[in-house]
Amino acid sequence: MASFLARRLGVMLLTMLCLTLIVFYLVNLQPNLRKLAISQTEMHATDQELEGWLKKNGYRRPFFARYATWLGVWPREPIVDPATGAAIPRFSWCDEPTTPKLSGVLQGDFGCSTKFKVKVVEKLGPALEATGILMFWVMALMIPVALVVGVISGMREGSRTDRTLSVISIATTSTPEYVSGVVLTIIFATWLGWLNGSAAAATEGHLSFYNFTLPVVTVSIYGMGYVARMTRASMIEVMNAQYIRTARLKGLGFASIVLKHALRNALIAPFTVIMLLFPWLLTGVVIVEVMFRYQGFGQALVDAAGNNDIDLLLACSLVSVMLVLATQLISDVGYAWLNPRIRVH
Amino acid sequence: MAEPVLEIDRLSISFFTRAGEIPAVMDFSCKVMPGQAMGLVGESGCGKSTVALAVMRDLPGVGRITNGSIRFEGRDMASLSDPELRAIRGSKIAMVYQEPMASLNPTMLIGRQLMEVPLIHDKVSKEEAHRRALDIVKAVRLPDPDRIMRAYPHQLSGGQQQRVVIAMALLSNPRLLILDEPTTALDVTVEAGIVALVKDLTARSGASSLFISHNLGLILETCDSVTVMYSGEAVETGRVRDVFGAVRHPYTQGLFRSMPLPGTNKNDNPLVPIPGQLPLPYERPQGCNFGPRCGYFVAGVCDRADVPMHEVAEGAGHMSRCLRVEAIDWSASAEKADQFKPVEIGPDVLEVDRLKKHYRVAASAIFAGKEGRAVKAVEDVSFSAREAEVLAIVGESGCGKSTLAKVLLGLETATEGLVVFDHEAIQNRPIERRPTGTISSIQMIFQNPFDTLNPSYSVGSQIIRTLERFRVGANDGERRETMLGLLDLVKLPRAFAHRSPRQLSGGQKQRIGVARAFAGRPRVIIADEPMSALDVSVQAAISELLMNLQRESKTTMVFISHDLSVVRYLADRTVVMYLGHIVEMGATAQIFSPPFHPYTEALLSAIPIADAKVKKRHVVLEGEIPSALSPPKGCPFQTRCGHKSQVPGNLCEREVPPAREVADGHTIKCHLPEETLRRMEPVFS
Repeated sequence: MASFLARRLGVMLLTMLCLTLIVFYLVNLQPNLRKLAISQTEMHATDQELEGWLKKNGYRRPFFARYATWLGVWPREPIVDPATGAAIPRFSWCDEPTTPKLSGVLQGDFGCSTKFKVKVVEKLGPALEATGILMFWVMALMIPVALVVGVISGMREGSRTDRTLSVISIATTSTPEYVSGVVLTIIFATWLGWLNGSAAAATEGHLSFYNFTLPVVTVSIYGMGYVARMTRASMIEVMNAQYIRTARLKGLGFASIVLKHALRNALIAPFTVIMLLFPWLLTGVVIVEVMFRYQGFGQALVDAAGNNDIDLLLACSLVSVMLVLATQLISDVGYAWLNPRIRVH
Repeated sequence: MAEPVLEIDRLSISFFTRAGEIPAVMDFSCKVMPGQAMGLVGESGCGKSTVALAVMRDLPGVGRITNGSIRFEGRDMASLSDPELRAIRGSKIAMVYQEPMASLNPTMLIGRQLMEVPLIHDKVSKEEAHRRALDIVKAVRLPDPDRIMRAYPHQLSGGQQQRVVIAMALLSNPRLLILDEPTTALDVTVEAGIVALVKDLTARSGASSLFISHNLGLILETCDSVTVMYSGEAVETGRVRDVFGAVRHPYTQGLFRSMPLPGTNKNDNPLVPIPGQLPLPYERPQGCNFGPRCGYFVAGVCDRADVPMHEVAEGAGHMSRCLRVEAIDWSASAEKADQFKPVEIGPDVLEVDRLKKHYRVAASAIFAGKEGRAVKAVEDVSFSAREAEVLAIVGESGCGKSTLAKVLLGLETATEGLVVFDHEAIQNRPIERRPTGTISSIQMIFQNPFDTLNPSYSVGSQIIRTLERFRVGANDGERRETMLGLLDLVKLPRAFAHRSPRQLSGGQKQRIGVARAFAGRPRVIIADEPMSALDVSVQAAISELLMNLQRESKTTMVFISHDLSVVRYLADRTVVMYLGHIVEMGATAQIFSPPFHPYTEALLSAIPIADAKVKKRHVVLEGEIPSALSPPKGCPFQTRCGHKSQVPGNLCEREVPPAREVADGHTIKCHLPEETLRRMEPVFS
C-alpha cells in the first residue's frame, strides 16, 4: 500500500510537471506578453518601449530558465534599476526579493496578479476558501440525497416510486445550471422573496441560509440527478445478482438484504462518479459564482483569463491539476477499499 | 408409509409477458420422501429450475403458479405469509446454486455470510454463530478453516466456493436441500469431490434432496429416484434403478442413446442424436410434446390430446407420459446407424516439440521494480498430430490446454520450443504475420457458440467474409455458392443464410461455427470444448457432424476437452495434461485401461457414467490444482498424488519424472516403477 501511494504520488508529480510546462508555454505566448506590456506601460508606447519593458522585467530570458524560476528551482534575479543600482519590483504594488534567491511555486511564491494588484497568494487563498465552503455544502446536500434517491428507486425497479424519482432525476440532470439558476432565482428571490439572489455578502463572512441556499442548490441539483441515475443503475444490477437471491433464500428480510448485502456493492460504481465530480465542480462553479456574484475560485479564474493575468492564471491551472490528480488517487484507493476484489500494489 | 417431505401435485407455472401467457411447467407432480434424493433431469429450457424456484416460492415477477400445489411437510407453500416463508427459507429448505462465485456476496467475508444463517434462524449469539460456522467449514472439508472464514469469495477456487455454498445450505440442518446443477461450472475431479461430500453430509443429517442436473450419470450416482422433464412436463419418473434399467419413455431413451457410454465408439456404434429441436414454449404441438421428434410416433394416437402420466407395469411408482408404452419394444437396440470403417491415419501434419509458454505478470509498466513473476501455462509439451486423426487433449481448467491451442493458432507465440506445420516452424509467428494459407489451414471451433458470432451480421455474410479472407472463390457469386454448400455440409437449411445469430439455437450456432472453420478447407481443426456448452442431445448431433466431416475431409482434429466420455468415444489418440505437462499420451484405448498415470486414474474415476451396469472405482483427489505461478517442485502432480508413498526417497518432490514408453506409442510421465503401473486395477468393470 505504501509503495503504491509513493508510486502514484511520483506519477502525479510527473504529470503536474508536464501539464504546468504546457500551460506555462501557452500563457507566455507572444501576444499575451505584448498585451501585458501594453497594460503595464504608458499609453501609446512604441514597440521599442514595449520590448524594453519585457526585456527589463525578464520576460525575454530563455523559456526554460523562466519556467525553472517560476517553479522555484532556479534563483530569481531581482530587476536592477540601471540608474540607481537598487532592486525594483516588476509591479509597484508587489514586493519581490531584492537579492537573487529561489522564489517560485515550490517556495510558495506564485507571483503577482495584475488584475487585482496583489500577490497571487493573497487573492487565490480567500477565493479557494470561499469555493471550498460552497463545494462542501454542495457535496453535503447532493451526495446523501442522490444516493438515497438512487438506492430507493433501484431497489424495486419499475415500481411507482422508481418511476417518479427517475423522472425527477432525469429532469434535473438535463437542466443546465444557468437555466436552473435563473429559474430558481426568479421563483425564490424575485417572486417569493424567501432567498437572496446574490451571494456577495456570503464572501464577506456573512454566510447565511438566506444568501447561500440558491447557489448551493443550483450547483447540486444538476449533479444530484446524475449521481442518482448512476446509483439506481448500479443498485438494479446488484438487486438482480445471484448473491441477492442467495440472501433472499437464506431467509433474510428485505431491509437486511438491501442494507447488508446490496448497499456496499451498489456504491462501488457511483463512488468513482462522485470522485469525478470534484474537478467538475471546481470549474462548474464558474457559472454559479458569476451568476450569484460569489467571490470564489471560478470568479478568479474568469477574471484572470479575461484580463491576461498571467501569474494568476498559472496558479489557477496548478490548483485544478492538483485537484484532478488528488481526487483520482483518492478514488483509486477508495475503490480498492470498497471492492475487495481490487488490490492496490 | 412416512409422509413425503415435499409433495408437488399437478403443478403448472406460467410466465405472463407482453406476448401473453407462456406456460413453463405443466402438470408436474413429484414426491420427495424423507432422507431420499430425487433427481430432476432435462435439457435447458425444460423447466427444471423453474420448479426449484417455485418450491422456494421465489419465481421471478412475471411467473405465477396457475394450477396445482406444492406442499412442504404437509403445509401448502402458497398459503404461507412472508414471515413464515422467511422462517422456512434457509432453515428448513436450503439451496445450492449452479455458479458458486455469483452466489456469494463478493464484498462480504465468508465467515459473516455463513454466520448470518444461525443469526437469523436460531437467534444465537455472535460467538455461537461463529462457532457453528467454523464447525460446518470443517465439515465440508475445507483446508485451513480459520483462513476461509476471513477470506472473501474471490480468494477461493471454484470448488472451495461451492463447498462454502454447501456449508451455508447445511448450517441449519435443512429438511430439504435443493441442488440446482451444483457441479456444472466445476471440473470433473472437483465435481467428484463435491458429489461425494453432498452424499456423505445428507446421509449423515438425514436431509432429503432435490438434485437438478442435465447429467444422467450424476443422477445415477447421487439419487434414489429420478424425474425426467421435457418441454415443461415430467415425462418419466421412478426409482433410479427402474428408470435406468428399463426406460419407458422415448425421450429418456433418446437421451441415453445420445450419450457416449462405455463401449460406444465413433466407428462401430455411433451416437444416435434425437432428431429435431425442443419446441418453443408457445409452439408446443398438439398431444404429446415429444411427438414430432419421436421415432415411435403414430399419427392419430399421439397427436390427439394431452397425454397423462400413467403407471407402467413393472416397478412400483414408475410412471411414463407415453401412450404407446405397451406397444413399443423397449429391449430392441437402437436402429443401427451407419457403421464406419476406421479412417487410415496419414503422416504427421503438426508437430510440437518441447513447447513452453510463460506469461509475464507485469506489476506496472513504468515502475517495474522487482523481477516480474511468470505464469507457467505450458511447461513441456511434445506431441505430433497425424493426418485424418482425432487427437484429444484432456485436462482440468488451468492445465494449459487452451494456451496450447492459442500457440498453435498463432494467437500467442511460444516462449521456447517448436511448432512445426508443413515442415515450417510457426511457433514464433503471430497470426497477423502468418500467410493466408497457413491461417486457413489451421482453424478453430470455439467453446461458446453464443459469443463467437457477430450479432449484427447475418450468418451467411459472416461465412462469406471468412471465404473472402481466405481467398476462396473467384467472385461473390462463387463464394455465395460455396457458403450455401457449407450450410448443406453442416446440415442447416439454406434459408438460414439470411438469419441473424440470435434467431438460431445453440446447436445451430455451433453448426455455423463448424461451417466457418471448414470454409478454408483446413488441414488442422482445433476444437476447444466445442460441445461443452450444449445439451446432451445437441452434443450428440454436433459430435456426429464433426466426425463425419473430419472423416470425409481427412482433416486432423485436435480436440480439447475435459469430458473423458466424449474423448473415449471420438478420439484416436489422447494426451492428458496437468499443469503444463503431458503426463500421459497414447492411443485412446491405452489411456482408458491400465497402466495409468495416477492423474489419469483419478480423472477417469471422476466421470459420471449413466449406466447402472458399469461398476466404477472411486478415486477422489484431495486438494486443489497448484497455481501455475508457483508450480510444485519435482513432479507437477506430486501434491495430490495418492501413489507418492510408493516411490522411495522423495524422488517425486525433487525431480520431474521422465516420459517413459510403456507400450508402443504409450508414454507415462511418472516415477512409479513400470510393474506398479501395470498392476493398477482398471477403473471400470
